[in-house]
Amino acid sequence: MTTSTGRGLLHLAAAVDQPDTYDADPYLTLTRLAERGALDFVTLGDSFGRPGPDALAVLSRVAPATARIGLVPTVTTTHTEPFHVQAAVATLDWVSRGRAGWRPEVSATEEEARLFGRRAAAPAAELWGEAGEVADVATRLWDSWEDDAEIRDVATGRFIDREKLHHVDFQGATFSVRGPSIVPRPPQGHPVTVVDTAQQHAFDVAARHADVALVNAAGPAQAAAVRAGLRRRAAEYGRDPDALRVLAALRIDLGGGEHAAVPGHGGGGPLPSELGPLYRGGPVDLADLVAAWHRAGAVDGFHLTPVEPRRDLERLVNGTVPLLQHRGLFRTFYPGSTFREHLGLARPANQYAALAGDPS
Amino acid sequence: MTTTAGRRKPRGHRPLSKQIHLAAHFPGVNNTTVWTDPLSRSQIDFASFEHLARTAERGLFDFFFLAEGLRLREHKGRVHDLDVVGRPESLTVLNALAAVTERLGLAATVNATFNEPYETARRFATLDHLSGGRAAWNVVTSSDAFTGENFRRGGYLDRADRYTRAAEFVATARELWDSWTPGGQSRPFAHTGRHFDIEGEFTLPRSPQGHPVVIQAGDSPEGREFAASAADVIFTRHGTPEAGRAFYADVKGRLAKYGRTAGDLKIMPGVTVVLGDTAAEAQERAAGIRRRQVSPQNALLTLEQIWGVDLSSYDPDGPLPDIDPVVDSGLSQGRTKRGDPRAVAEQWRALSRAKGLSIRQTVIETTARQSFIGTPQAVAAELDEFVQSDAADGFILVPHLTPGGLDEFVDQVVPLLQERGAYRTEYTGTTLRSHLGLREPVRPAREEGLTV
Ligand SMILES: Cc1cc2nc3c(=O)[nH]c(=O)nc-3n(C[C@H](O)[C@H](O)[C@H](O)COP(=O)(O)O)c2cc1C
Repeated sequence: MTTSTGRGLLHLAAAVDQPDTYDADPYLTLTRLAERGALDFVTLGDSFGRPGPDALAVLSRVAPATARIGLVPTVTTTHTEPFHVQAAVATLDWVSRGRAGWRPEVSATEEEARLFGRRAAAPAAELWGEAGEVADVATRLWDSWEDDAEIRDVATGRFIDREKLHHVDFQGATFSVRGPSIVPRPPQGHPVTVVDTAQQHAFDVAARHADVALVNAAGPAQAAAVRAGLRRRAAEYGRDPDALRVLAALRIDLGGGEHAAVPGHGGGGPLPSELGPLYRGGPVDLADLVAAWHRAGAVDGFHLTPVEPRRDLERLVNGTVPLLQHRGLFRTFYPGSTFREHLGLARPANQYAALAGDPS
Repeated sequence: MTTTAGRRKPRGHRPLSKQIHLAAHFPGVNNTTVWTDPLSRSQIDFASFEHLARTAERGLFDFFFLAEGLRLREHKGRVHDLDVVGRPESLTVLNALAAVTERLGLAATVNATFNEPYETARRFATLDHLSGGRAAWNVVTSSDAFTGENFRRGGYLDRADRYTRAAEFVATARELWDSWTPGGQSRPFAHTGRHFDIEGEFTLPRSPQGHPVVIQAGDSPEGREFAASAADVIFTRHGTPEAGRAFYADVKGRLAKYGRTAGDLKIMPGVTVVLGDTAAEAQERAAGIRRRQVSPQNALLTLEQIWGVDLSSYDPDGPLPDIDPVVDSGLSQGRTKRGDPRAVAEQWRALSRAKGLSIRQTVIETTARQSFIGTPQAVAAELDEFVQSDAADGFILVPHLTPGGLDEFVDQVVPLLQERGAYRTEYTGTTLRSHLGLREPVRPAREEGLTV
């Protein structure tokens, strides 16, 4: 379990993005590979503005053919309907039996705006503000059904206890939602919210709404500082900072043989790159790097994006992961069945049930 | 496409029989779903969807169908609590079902009012790719401001605009589905119309069946015209032979002006089937189902929806109220209306007086009933006759039980339809279009680099 020093068992995740891939099989292959490595979750990116299938659909397609691993599609919030978004994410949780997450993203370009023709492009600050509101209304809608709302009471003819269904009456800056959701509360209560803080305006949304925050950092000291900042801000929002997992985002290129391209890499890397920090080298030195950051208490784990998906993920799962397991830093099997359980996060209490229980 | 007695063929092997198309409706939010049955299971767990889909595929059905509702129904300002309520989001469930089925078509109802063409076209194209060409989209319309309260767009569309938006919506989606080159290169699109003004590049190549199959459900003249111009399948409520034949002739008669032929549009009424070892046993089972569908509470509720006033003090086993209905009271929200309430009330009172029926008995007598009741042999013969006489091209079966409601039909009736030569004995193609015998849409000729 992760503690405030970031030195519990590691959490590991991998991206399964692949260019020009519209069939299910290649995604399934990578996700199964990651699951064989007992990784916490996989992510799949998405955008309306570049070629590729709908990420949430792909991971729904993958769900019945996998058993344990968490599934985190990117879901954009700028041109979509918050009500549809929350229903789809809740449904991913139903079809995966408690393994859904989502990574909210914004669509900032004029090109994306023209695909919808509904609103002009807006500044990132505004869009992330809206994304935060979408995350907020999503949790309200997931809570809009109490867990025991379905009663099937033959005597009174009532299928549900409607006292346990709630209008959310959310009024945001750009949308409103009356509720309740059409989907009953999902198995995890709230699917896991993952926020990538690479963009400045996402930092606040992560501190306020994320269960998992991804951070770009060039070294352990910087990562530790960002993590501390996120935890501090989360506490200011009234959250328990221990309910936030902070993972370092790292691109990995494991094609460079058994040794790190940069000497002293274990602890010294990674290399800065346009797309974020990049590790280039072998799986053994990657394990050293991960262990060193862990020793320094810098982060709760890593989100790894393979540069060459099939090759690098195989090397990660067959090379790096067993070494980390051998050192007692990473799990050897999934002790739980839901994604929240992998992360050591509790199932959230229902905000409306709490209200209903309070007579004041 | 009218029917004549000459179309009837002798029993036995009839290679020229019209082939029956079958689809499975997942029972859910509906007062026809009998959740009080001991065999009733979850309407939300994936296991239920998997069971019904696998049953449909075992029965070589064309497709599996999911309805949609975007706001929970309310009555007297409170969430309606008597029927099954709660369902997952359709496209997400269907993508998951694509993993546990191989040939079955996967149809989602998605509203054209509370969605945008780019996103919707993309979600259906994705399902079509991930399922290897098995996607279908049931395009429904709504101008319901009540539902609109869950959306950015709100409920601003008036009745007349629903279908103009839906038609432009589908046309725009087709432009997007056609926008990549046959070689798999993305090409820019641009669409300017009354409802949509959009441009850019679509994110997926043309899908395995060209376009997902388009289904239409809606019965007004505007709805029929929209179906004739743009749909591959109509989901209708006309489940009797007479109404079916009239509807069939009407809709197929509208096709020619769009350059389409009768085979381009399949008409599939939603129907129910109750089987028994004897005709009497089947009737008895059907009556039992009706009694459970119309509980005392449901009977009063149905009445309140017509009368528009609170009738909770009435006895469901007593006579109908002799007060007149209040029109447009807004008492009930999120349901389709049954026509002029005063006329309905008058009819129901007359029926109740004539037959000495209580409130509950009257509701049982007047609301939707099982369409095909009998032994498997009798039902198979009736279904076949229905299709051979051009009252339909096939059926969307609406079971009353989740998820086992089609087990008996697939085990007992499907083999008889096969024996009659009216139903496939194996899937001959892999895509839903091939199951339905529909052509792949022709890609419009377009100059390289030019936008439409
Ligand atoms: C057989 C049938 C099934 C329908 N299913 C749905 C549905 O699942 N969701 C929905 O919102 N509307 C559904 N509708 C409603 C129609 O889309 C449409 O809004 C309604 O019938 C009014 O249109 P009309 O005036 O053309 O009949 C259905 C209609 C029919 C006839």
